[in-house]
Amino acid sequence: MSGPDETDLDDTDRRIVNALQEGFPLEPRPYAAAAARLGIGEAELIARLGAMLEERTITRFGPFYDAEALGGAFCLCAMAVPEDRFGEVTETVNAFPEVAHNYARTHRLNMWFVLATETPEGIGAAADAIAAATGLAVLRFPKEREFFIGFRVVA
Amino acid sequence: MTLDAVDRRLVAATQGGLPLDPEPYARVGEAVGLAEAEVIARLAELKARGVIRRIGLAPNHYRLGMAANGMSVWDLDDACAAALGAEVGALDFVTHAYLRPRALPDWPYNLFAMIHGAGRGEVEAKRAEIAAILGDACRGSDILYSTRILKKTGLRLKGGD
Repeated sequence: MSGPDETDLDDTDRRIVNALQEGFPLEPRPYAAAAARLGIGEAELIARLGAMLEERTITRFGPFYDAEALGGAFCLCAMAVPEDRFGEVTETVNAFPEVAHNYARTHRLNMWFVLATETPEGIGAAADAIAAATGLAVLRFPKEREFFIGFRVVA
Repeated sequence: MTLDAVDRRLVAATQGGLPLDPEPYARVGEAVGLAEAEVIARLAELKARGVIRRIGLAPNHYRLGMAANGMSVWDLDDACAAALGAEVGALDFVTHAYLRPRALPDWPYNLFAMIHGAGRGEVEAKRAEIAAILGDACRGSDILYSTRILKKTGLRLKGGD
């Protein structure tokens, strides 16, 4: 049974999703090479990827860059926002261009956001500015170590 | 790790995705003023250096029936946190795992692991699997579910000059 947001993928789409999460070839006709491994034609692979992008079964197709390697700085931050101020604080926090994502989560620390700045010094300045603008402590959780193995979702 | 101006143009031209064209690297080359062979060589170099982590597709978890995601957090003995973090990060249902500093007294946890599943029941079962792996090295844990996305903007690098 599919949920309301789920897509009904046929078997070929599933094989594409499972096979092409990494390792797309770096050669002049990469779709043809990838399609051959899947036992389908180049045009069919291109058409199916286009359709899956269109219906948002996949959100992007291409190289995934390590944001820090590109020179930016990032930091996960959290705040304990009183329930009666949640809307107002959300507006204040989201108005900072340095806030890349912001999620409400189930915890006393109920607002979690990622700061993205061009330089490492920018992180502290943005966190301090958010604390000043909201009157709330901004806890900082910079990444000390990342365990990145790959990305596998079985469709 | 430095990127030259040509690399940065290449990043800017491809971070939104590759053209769905039989010769995508040739099309990218036309857009940034490089020969196809140089586009391929530079992308291969960025991949070898880890600037590109992978080339492929990003599945939409929600559309693929994995609507629940939980940020599981663990207070691990510092002496074995790196080894155990690597073990947790290698599990196929964990998409990201990080060691981060604690924020005592509010926050005793130093390992963060994102768990995806069809529902909270499945996420909790996977959390129990992680707990079994960590054993006595884990002094406490919690899981935070996202209830709402308040803001989400994609990463956008400014192009080269």
